[in-house]
Amino acid sequence: MRLHIKNGFLIDPKNKRDGRFDLVICDGCVEDVLPPGQKVAEADIIDVSGLIVSPGFIDLHTHLREPGFEYKETIQTGTRAAAAGGFTSVCCMANTYPVNDNASVTQDILKIAQESGCVNVYPIGAVTVGLKGERLTPMGELKEAGCVALSDDGQTIANSQVMRLAMEYAKSFSLPIISHAIDPVLAGEGVMNEGLTSTRLGLLGIPHAAEDMMIARDIYLAKLTGASLHIAHLSTREGVNLIKRAKEEGVAVTAEVTPHHLTLTDQAVGDYNTSAKMAPPLRNSEDQEALIEGVKSGIIDAIATDHAPHGVMDKEIEFDQAASGVIGLETALSILLQLFENKSLSINRIIELLTVNPARIAGLKRGSLEKGAMADLVIFNPKEEWEIDPSKFYSKSRNSPFTGMKVRGVVTHTFVSGKRVL
Amino acid sequence: MQLKRKDLLGIEELNREEIELILETARSFQEVSGREIKKVPALRGKTVVNLFFEDSTRTRISFEIAAKRLSADLLTITKSGSSVAKGETLLDTARNLEALGANLIVCRHRASGAPHWLARNLHASVINAGDGSHEHPSQALLDLLTVADRKKRMDGLQVAIVGDIAHSRVARSNIYAFSKMGAQVRVVGPATMIPRGIENFGVRGQCPQVFYDLGNGIQDCDVIMMLRIQQERIIWTPFSSLTEYSRFYGLNREILKRAKEDVIVMHPGPVNRGIELEPEVADGPHSVILDQVANGVAVRMAILYLLSGHS
Repeated sequence: MRLHIKNGFLIDPKNKRDGRFDLVICDGCVEDVLPPGQKVAEADIIDVSGLIVSPGFIDLHTHLREPGFEYKETIQTGTRAAAAGGFTSVCCMANTYPVNDNASVTQDILKIAQESGCVNVYPIGAVTVGLKGERLTPMGELKEAGCVALSDDGQTIANSQVMRLAMEYAKSFSLPIISHAIDPVLAGEGVMNEGLTSTRLGLLGIPHAAEDMMIARDIYLAKLTGASLHIAHLSTREGVNLIKRAKEEGVAVTAEVTPHHLTLTDQAVGDYNTSAKMAPPLRNSEDQEALIEGVKSGIIDAIATDHAPHGVMDKEIEFDQAASGVIGLETALSILLQLFENKSLSINRIIELLTVNPARIAGLKRGSLEKGAMADLVIFNPKEEWEIDPSKFYSKSRNSPFTGMKVRGVVTHTFVSGKRVL
Repeated sequence: MQLKRKDLLGIEELNREEIELILETARSFQEVSGREIKKVPALRGKTVVNLFFEDSTRTRISFEIAAKRLSADLLTITKSGSSVAKGETLLDTARNLEALGANLIVCRHRASGAPHWLARNLHASVINAGDGSHEHPSQALLDLLTVADRKKRMDGLQVAIVGDIAHSRVARSNIYAFSKMGAQVRVVGPATMIPRGIENFGVRGQCPQVFYDLGNGIQDCDVIMMLRIQQERIIWTPFSSLTEYSRFYGLNREILKRAKEDVIVMHPGPVNRGIELEPEVADGPHSVILDQVANGVAVRMAILYLLSGHS
């Protein structure tokens, strides 16, 4: 069956398309990209006047929690949340139980995704067995089984020797290493950004330096080994500077930022709001500005949600005991559109960092809508207003720092390989 | 007169009028404590629960005496003697107490923000009796009362708080309390004990001055408040030894001469004698430590009384 998506405004950064185009979809692929007004024979028509059509978003950093933490999220609920937020592919982190540190876990995840998922699921394998930072995982087998990258996300590989070996080994299999770069000793028992707000709240802080020095170390190791390094969830101004300098020197480093680090500061912790607790923590407005500037200038390659669902019993407890992480799949687009509305970023740039760039980093043949491409796409109304109410989310969890906020941007359609999933 | 709030969680959210109301009320209760029959019926029929998740003798007993002098029904639950040990969450425990009819819950907890979270989830009034490194409002109020009784004024007083500011809830509450009443606060200690951002903390225009040198820090001060070294809340020891700490940051008769002649020396207790305070200073003419203890009961009676209208 053929589908004619007409009268939309297509933004496809990879193909430098930004204007009125119709899409013809057939057999899961883009059959044609047409100027508006053309007739397509034997096609169902979807009229999307006034809406934006974009390649489906790709999230480099999702916690689907299955296997092991199904009370927080499952592959079914997590991929539904993804579809609702316009994401057609998610790369899921390895900190499940059991940890995705061997091929059989990867295969399991992919099997469950096949059966119950509604968007593409790309597992990320662990760098070290059990995320312990000691022994390397079977990276070759993980890749064969379907892993697209490696990360011990949630943990930092503190031992520089292990990190060096991991980078070299990963390089042999052309897999990027995604680094959760926070020095665990300097971060200590810290639970939020170190500064006036942590002092005011009497909470232990995590200094910027804990992150900056680990990013610097990883860049030096990437330089030493020639491996591909991707820095997860940048939160500091200096982090952006470090990435900039490394790129200027030709180091194979890329970086991502989350919608919450782009739009919030540590003041969001307010009155001990555990939905504003995450690692790395929300920083200052200076950092926030530097991150936006980093997106604008191209130093930061991707926007990733770090969707980290947690149950009530993980979050509705004392702040210092509460789990770190916030959900983000269903709010990412609207939160990012705030940056468009306040003229910080263009929609094109936002979409580029949600589509073609993450596809490139994870080596996925997705994220663009040229003739013959996989028909993964999202259609959204950038103007429609809604109020963020996590009780209405597809995600199983409610830990959003944006609860109650009035935002714009509603996803109306999501297609994965030509099939409508929202 | 009542406070127009359900809970007392910190000094940060109080304005000067509210602080003065509490101090005024406490003064009338000071008188009750001097009577032969130290009891008034103000809280008859109300249930006060002391919910203490962290070791405390002084504050717990002070709240107990305060509740009893107000004729409230009183229940004290400490960490070891309750279902807390069975893994019941803080909120479950508090909700059960509310279901059993508690009107006022006095909470001491190891985690900063724990009483705030209870307050959001309960109809009962919550009084913060110390949360982590955050606030200890009843302590600051009794300190204010003690200073006000001695000095008869607050505006322009120089107040030095000495010790581990970073881990101290007493310091935070007192910085707010004294600045709001017009005093100038200094914080004194080794840099490892001075938290980031302290120079912008508290009341705008009256933020604390930072001193690393004890002598300079207490120079010409009207009030010196020595903090206890809280070894239980420290993860990385922020000084090399207690001996060295005591040598450079302990208050002794000699260094005390740099303060004003009529300086008063305070300590929230319990004192580590010979560490932060030389025994001769703790027991000496400048010390008002026992006044603080006595005033604690009056201030806590005032707090319980002023919040009881809500429950």
